[in-house]
Amino acid sequence: MAAKTILEKLGILADAAKYDASCASSGTTKKSSLGGKGIGSTEGMGICHAYAPDGRCISLLKVLLTNHCIFDCHYCINRKSSNVERARFTPQEVVDLTLNFYRRNYIEGLFLSSGIVKSSNHTMEQMVEVARILREEHDFRGYIHLKTIPEADPQLAHQAGLYADRVSINVELPTDAGLTRLAPDKDARQIEGAMGQVTSDLAENKDARKRFRHAPRFAPAGQSTQMIVGADKASDADIVGKASRLYDSFKLRRVYYSAFSPIPDASAVLPLKRPPLIREHRLYQSDWLMRFYGYKPAEVMQATDADGNLPLDIDPKLAWALKFRESFPVDVNRASREQLLRVPGLGVKAVHKIVASRRHRTLRLDDVAKLTLSITKVRPFICAADWRPVTLTDRADLRSLLAPKTEQLELFTT
Amino acid sequence: MIALQHAKIDAHYVVRLPEADDFDFWRERARTLVQSDVPPERVAWVEPGGSGDLFAAAASPHGERQMPVPPPGASLVRANKRFVSLARNAILHSDADRFALLYRLLWRLQAAPRMMEDKADSDVRRIEELAKNVRRDSHKMHAFVRFRLVEPEGLESPEGPEGEEVGEHYVAWFEPEHHILRANAGFFMRRFANMKWSILTPQGCLHWDGKTMSEGPPAQRSDAPEGDPMEDLWRKYYASIFNPARLKVGAMLKEMPRKYWKNMPEAALIPELIAGAQAREATMVAAGALEFDQRPETLTAIDKALHACRKCPIGNLDNHAVMGEGPQDAALMIVGEQPGDQEDLAGRPFVGPAGQLLDSHLERAGIDRQRAYVTNTVKHFKYVMSGKRRLHKSPAAKEIDTCRWWVEAERAIVQPRLVLALGASAARGVLGKTVSITKARGAPIVLDDGSELWITAHPSYLLRLEGPACEEQTRLFDADLAAVKVRLAQLEQN
Repeated sequence: MAAKTILEKLGILADAAKYDASCASSGTTKKSSLGGKGIGSTEGMGICHAYAPDGRCISLLKVLLTNHCIFDCHYCINRKSSNVERARFTPQEVVDLTLNFYRRNYIEGLFLSSGIVKSSNHTMEQMVEVARILREEHDFRGYIHLKTIPEADPQLAHQAGLYADRVSINVELPTDAGLTRLAPDKDARQIEGAMGQVTSDLAENKDARKRFRHAPRFAPAGQSTQMIVGADKASDADIVGKASRLYDSFKLRRVYYSAFSPIPDASAVLPLKRPPLIREHRLYQSDWLMRFYGYKPAEVMQATDADGNLPLDIDPKLAWALKFRESFPVDVNRASREQLLRVPGLGVKAVHKIVASRRHRTLRLDDVAKLTLSITKVRPFICAADWRPVTLTDRADLRSLLAPKTEQLELFTT
Repeated sequence: MIALQHAKIDAHYVVRLPEADDFDFWRERARTLVQSDVPPERVAWVEPGGSGDLFAAAASPHGERQMPVPPPGASLVRANKRFVSLARNAILHSDADRFALLYRLLWRLQAAPRMMEDKADSDVRRIEELAKNVRRDSHKMHAFVRFRLVEPEGLESPEGPEGEEVGEHYVAWFEPEHHILRANAGFFMRRFANMKWSILTPQGCLHWDGKTMSEGPPAQRSDAPEGDPMEDLWRKYYASIFNPARLKVGAMLKEMPRKYWKNMPEAALIPELIAGAQAREATMVAAGALEFDQRPETLTAIDKALHACRKCPIGNLDNHAVMGEGPQDAALMIVGEQPGDQEDLAGRPFVGPAGQLLDSHLERAGIDRQRAYVTNTVKHFKYVMSGKRRLHKSPAAKEIDTCRWWVEAERAIVQPRLVLALGASAARGVLGKTVSITKARGAPIVLDDGSELWITAHPSYLLRLEGPACEEQTRLFDADLAAVKVRLAQLEQN
């Protein structure tokens, strides 16, 4: 068999990496290549260098080092028993690709993940080697995200954190039962153990940097994880619960959700249908409610329907508001920030603007309309100087009034 | 304002800016005008290349007035940080009225220093909007500039004196919407500090040689290189990272509007990727995700459905599905590998040589086969032809995984307390992963429904052995069966 060209390998190994949701390149320390020997900078905000027709941003060169794998996880296209085409990059090849793409301003950096070849340690060593060459030999100061392998030696994971901006370990599935069933070679306790190790490394590094200004940084963009949604029977309530536990115990920056999507050469243990993409979206919205709107996980779970899943036709914030109508209407001229954040249709920025503006004038409905995207959605839940939603808040059909209209089919389409 | 009686109140002023993005010049003039009490409606601002507004034209017959001189002791002009940071961005906007807007705001700020907080004010909203547009344009410039490598040979360095070492030179062509080029020089300098690069735009050019930044006159697209060999790899990456199962063209267009496409090498692929997406997803599903129907709820239903199963290549051979047999409430379920030649013909599990051996060992251990549910992990006979004979061939891992669906359906109905897997294939069919029999035998593995899995060798393995090895394995096999017998009795008592 003829050796594969870089082009062929890139096709295979980028294709295999597309099921990783994260593409974030933000939240790390400021770096620039001024005064250095190489290239690269990070300035806080990540940059999306292109968008693919799937609506997702392309910020990093997201590839696998190899898609050979000794594990046999059923939801994964690279599992041992799948007969996808295999390829393998050398660390130097990944380094060259990263630098060549970076110089042309295609990317912010590298997101390296890998199937497991030979052993977890061997694979992890190779991944760390890529980061080492980039950082030490080329003085690369762009973004590096390494997906570490929970089964590998903690010392290697630590090494990875010293080179990378962000490290992540996938918890894969929201329930232990799902993991046992779909990823029989993985062990939930080991995954969480490895995440705990990273958390304590991060805390230790923070402490060290307080005392020694030049202590090397450890993963300044923190740690994240990813969960597959819809491959097992876990409900949204299970998922939200799991995510909030992960945020609490491991101080994660982000929990990513990836709607299980049909993969070539799938295994028969997988569900019959893929979950609707909107479910992933609703979970992200609930994630936002917890991170930026002051909702407790228990409150998000209150917004779920009887089957433990978030409604698909309306967003979780509206679902919560409809269930707890006694908390509304909220007076935009008097209510606290926290109360305003609960109003469906008011985002963090709009609330900020309302709080700033009401120092200068008593807000009327028109004024609020200028500060928000859609006043119709907000109206039933607020009071303004000239507005009181007398019966609206109590109407039984409020949900249908506010739910986005489903597209009606054209009668006379040609 | 006291100065309202001032004579120059009816005077009109025209301020001509030297550069479209010159904030410092604007600030200096605006300060003087505010100190001289010139109200916003009496100032016209003209940017280079701009014809000026009607007002400026109307003012010109009287001749343009010199800038006023602020009265001595005029109070300092006040502007808060928020205004200055917004103004620095807003002034880069291509809207010709931006200077007037900024001046109007500055004028109003003198009387109402906190007015920037009033987000419902229309001037405040407008400056925020302009600043936001400019920030977005800058952000898109950081994102969508695409450098192309110009090979050192055959290139005359556009800057840098002769004799200087000519290294690799990266050149980009970009068309910003606003006057943002100069303001973003720093970003590219910090990012590509040790690289020689140029950004050419219709408004002007930036050149960085690794040490100093220089500016050049407006350029044309034809001044920039045509392509770069690396773009093939980049396009390959773009096409491969795209997941055709989640087409969201609207989301893409929102962040990467069509106007940017012409200067991005990967954008040429988009129409083709969108058109091919549905087809690619359909192939993926057809080739992969098997559309099993609802799981059958009775053994009879399984038996019926089993015969139609063609989910793996084994089902397409000339053979018949062999259903498990035994009582539906059996406490013990025995799982074999797959039917053999004789089982295939008889339509019953474990009737061939291996089956007969199993029966004798079960009898010796005191296990009643009639009370057990006996089945196989793979339901069809996999074979290769050797002359006229059908020779057994082990199922592949993927085939076992596919067939696992049936075994699970059987397990869900029979609900055995103990599952005895004979051989590695059977163990995989129950567990979903490959285990070593030597390591796994002799101790139970608790399954997710609370039942126990015991693993031992397949009787056909014993048939293939001879001499001491056969004796040793037979002893182990019997020991396993004996342990199962004991455990089964315990489980049945509870």
